Amino acid sequence: MSVRRLAEATVQPAGFAFTEENAAWAEATIKKYPEGRQQSAVIPLLMRAQEQDGWVTKAAIERVADMLDMPLIRVLEVATFYTQFQLNPVGTKAHVQVCGTTPCMLRGAEDLKAVCRKKINAEQFHRNESGTLSWEEVECLGACVNAPMVMIFSDTYEDLTPERLEEIIDLFDAGRGEEVRPGPQNGRHQSVPIGGLTSLTGDYDDIVTEQDRSSGHGPANGASYQGIGAGKTASTPPSKAGRPDTEAAESDPSLVSPGKAADGNADQSQEKDESAQLTAEGHRPGSGQEGGSRQGSTDAEVGNVPDKVDTKTGGDFRKAEAAAEDAVIPDDRQLDDGTGGQPSRLANDEAVGEVLANRQGNDPVEGNRTATSDTRPGPAHGDHFESSAEETPLESRPGDKPSDLLAAPQGDKDDLKRIRGIGPVIEGKLNDLGVFHFWQIAKWRETELIWIDDFLNFRGRAVREKWIEQAGELQAGRAVGEGEGEA
Amino acid sequence: MLQDKDRIFTNIYGLRDKSLKAALKRGHFDGTADIIGKGRDWIINEMKASGLRGRGGAGFPTGLKWSFMPKEVGERPHFLVINADESEPGTCKDREIMRNDPFTLIEGCIIAGFSMLAHTCYIYVRGEYVRERQALQRAIDECYEQGYLGAGNKCGWDYDIIVHHGAGAYICGEETALLESLEGKKGQPRLKPPFPANVGLYGCPTTVNNVESIAVAPTILRRGGSWFAGIGRQNNTGTKLFCVSGHVEQPCTVEEAMGISFRELIEKHCGGIRGGWDNLLAVIPGGSSVPLVPGADIVDAPMDFDGLRDIKTSLGTAAVIVMDKSTDIVKAISRISYFYKHESCGQCTPCREGTGWMWRVMERMATGHAQKREIDMLLDVTKQVEGHTICALGDAAAWPIQGLVRHFRAEIERRIDEYSHNAHEVRPVLEAAE
Repeated sequence: MSVRRLAEATVQPAGFAFTEENAAWAEATIKKYPEGRQQSAVIPLLMRAQEQDGWVTKAAIERVADMLDMPLIRVLEVATFYTQFQLNPVGTKAHVQVCGTTPCMLRGAEDLKAVCRKKINAEQFHRNESGTLSWEEVECLGACVNAPMVMIFSDTYEDLTPERLEEIIDLFDAGRGEEVRPGPQNGRHQSVPIGGLTSLTGDYDDIVTEQDRSSGHGPANGASYQGIGAGKTASTPPSKAGRPDTEAAESDPSLVSPGKAADGNADQSQEKDESAQLTAEGHRPGSGQEGGSRQGSTDAEVGNVPDKVDTKTGGDFRKAEAAAEDAVIPDDRQLDDGTGGQPSRLANDEAVGEVLANRQGNDPVEGNRTATSDTRPGPAHGDHFESSAEETPLESRPGDKPSDLLAAPQGDKDDLKRIRGIGPVIEGKLNDLGVFHFWQIAKWRETELIWIDDFLNFRGRAVREKWIEQAGELQAGRAVGEGEGEA
Repeated sequence: MLQDKDRIFTNIYGLRDKSLKAALKRGHFDGTADIIGKGRDWIINEMKASGLRGRGGAGFPTGLKWSFMPKEVGERPHFLVINADESEPGTCKDREIMRNDPFTLIEGCIIAGFSMLAHTCYIYVRGEYVRERQALQRAIDECYEQGYLGAGNKCGWDYDIIVHHGAGAYICGEETALLESLEGKKGQPRLKPPFPANVGLYGCPTTVNNVESIAVAPTILRRGGSWFAGIGRQNNTGTKLFCVSGHVEQPCTVEEAMGISFRELIEKHCGGIRGGWDNLLAVIPGGSSVPLVPGADIVDAPMDFDGLRDIKTSLGTAAVIVMDKSTDIVKAISRISYFYKHESCGQCTPCREGTGWMWRVMERMATGHAQKREIDMLLDVTKQVEGHTICALGDAAAWPIQGLVRHFRAEIERRIDEYSHNAHEVRPVLEAAE
């Protein structure tokens, strides 16, 4: 499951109200459900609020809760459970949803993601510099025979090549999104095989001409009639889709696949010409756009969104997330996948090793832990501790090197691992430093423990786990044990 | 090969006129009132005789399902709910029905509603199908205008259809989660019993059916259950929409007879496998949640429930995902694991925690950064998730991995070997810090 949080307070607009038209629509929608079951309308209403504002604001959630007479928490549950609700501002001109699930992955969705990373932002859900575009990887959008595909607002753009996606993104960024005809981008009609019909080939008298298709009962997604089996003009060679990074026999590049043979290795210029031609065709106004509500920012958003949202880093994001969460969900059992509100995963091409290496460079290191699923930051010095030192600001927390470090253990060294929080690795480090005995640790002052903590890069864990007290107890316990032994 | 005259969805590609007038000409709503006049028992018996099995994936006999509803309406009204939350990766058949041939579905709703004494039907369309929802709504509006829906309509059964939608949650394809979602809650499946036929939507008797199951019903009843039963094999009768995606020359959605062989399906409609039959690596024959099978096993297998069960997989939704030898098979399954991790509703611990765990291990297996004993550990965990959750999502997350290990264990082990052979540089030793 994905962990989703409301946007931070600074980007939340002060209020929300449905436009007159939407308010009337909402009233009619609520009436569709039986008396006393108006809660059923919560998803449609939130969706309409999202269409109006571009994303689901806290104010909108509160407003919907009011309208449906629901407890606020129930609406919050719904808004955070369903992944189609955008809880953070998205691009004002386009939010590109790239389907990345296996059927699309097999046909080259990873190349589409690369395009989005290049043209929009390296990170999902983050907007580009001008705030007009954003993207995310979504799970199966149900157009698998037209893979790979993206969805922008209400329309799907199918059978894509990376080049075509770049053009589409450019057009949307230029505010000319309606020029792109939704549906397959390679000239085929919906889910008809690209080589031509293989069934329902009869000469029916109600075949609709292209002109009629674009009005009234045209294809639902506005795709225009391309003629039966409209040529293989821009087939989508699955390029390097899902090709393994290995020298296995299965992936031998000398094993030619016809996709490659036919057009996968086709001259690039030819492909460019084709896509230019497609673009030209695509300049005809799309149909099937009815019912689309205003997308993008509201005045409220424009007024309230500080620029820094776009530049926020992962760290800020966590903080912001925590703040937003404190504001609405006072719950200390936070599930967190460590990447902010939205799940991010290793880029498919990246080797885990590389990622690990980067992590070691950039992320706080906790002891010697290198690979762990728990990437949530541990408590930092700034966290609350039960000592008087907690009031001291993070930067100026004093740390004194312990004065009782030994060159060699006095007699047998103690098993420091018995202290909760010390494992074999830490024990080794402490031994190297000159710490061998419980009594040494028990005699430390707070400041000395902080020094040790810094030395181990433990970010407050030694203090939190009360090593001094533990060592004191263990020392005392052993003294008693020895005393008993002697007796 | 199925003849065009035996195809139920005559406008599945949307090439023909989509108005109600044209649909009437094609034979929709022909004698609906007569069918309803023959009574509830006749309809249910005919459906049972047709051998239609639910098209949503589980293959439960549709006629039997309809018969579970209480025979008389008590204090609580009956509801029919149509599951149009089509989210199984690989599946895109209901989309075509809704946007191109919606009247088959609407007529089916009326007949099915009558047979279970329901006067109201909710169609739950997935949130992402915006244009499909609009097309369906347009068709319903037209039916109201022309008197095929509403009170005192031409079909002889007062009926209302309400289109509802979700907001991007795969789990809402599970029937009780769908009902929860329809009631305006998080889509978390309910414990059964009580079954929806007793306590369903708003606590009332409810039947949930897939779009395709309902949409084929009118034609079955018009032409007779024996006609439908005459297509395909015993227990696997009728026609089915196949969605073929992945590494075929021409991916497409097509209506074919059940039991068509895989080879025929691909050759006739999809222009063959990319690179020829020798280039076929593996096939997932029924949407992401069924186990994959190696190409050699499936080539001549009949594409129906029993035929695929014999090769230890399942027909599911008949969403055929074809993978040729350029595929990184471990990564492909790992991506499916990510899908289930993303879509777990978080209600049951084995699934919530297990899907994430399995995905993380699969990601490492994809690069070979794992140990061989972990393969068995992974298999063991899939067995512990499977069958220990309220709904079948846990099972669905486990099966693809089980299928992968069953057929491609050698590939996983080879990668692990390759990874460790190439591990020249000193890597940090994995060790607990405490």
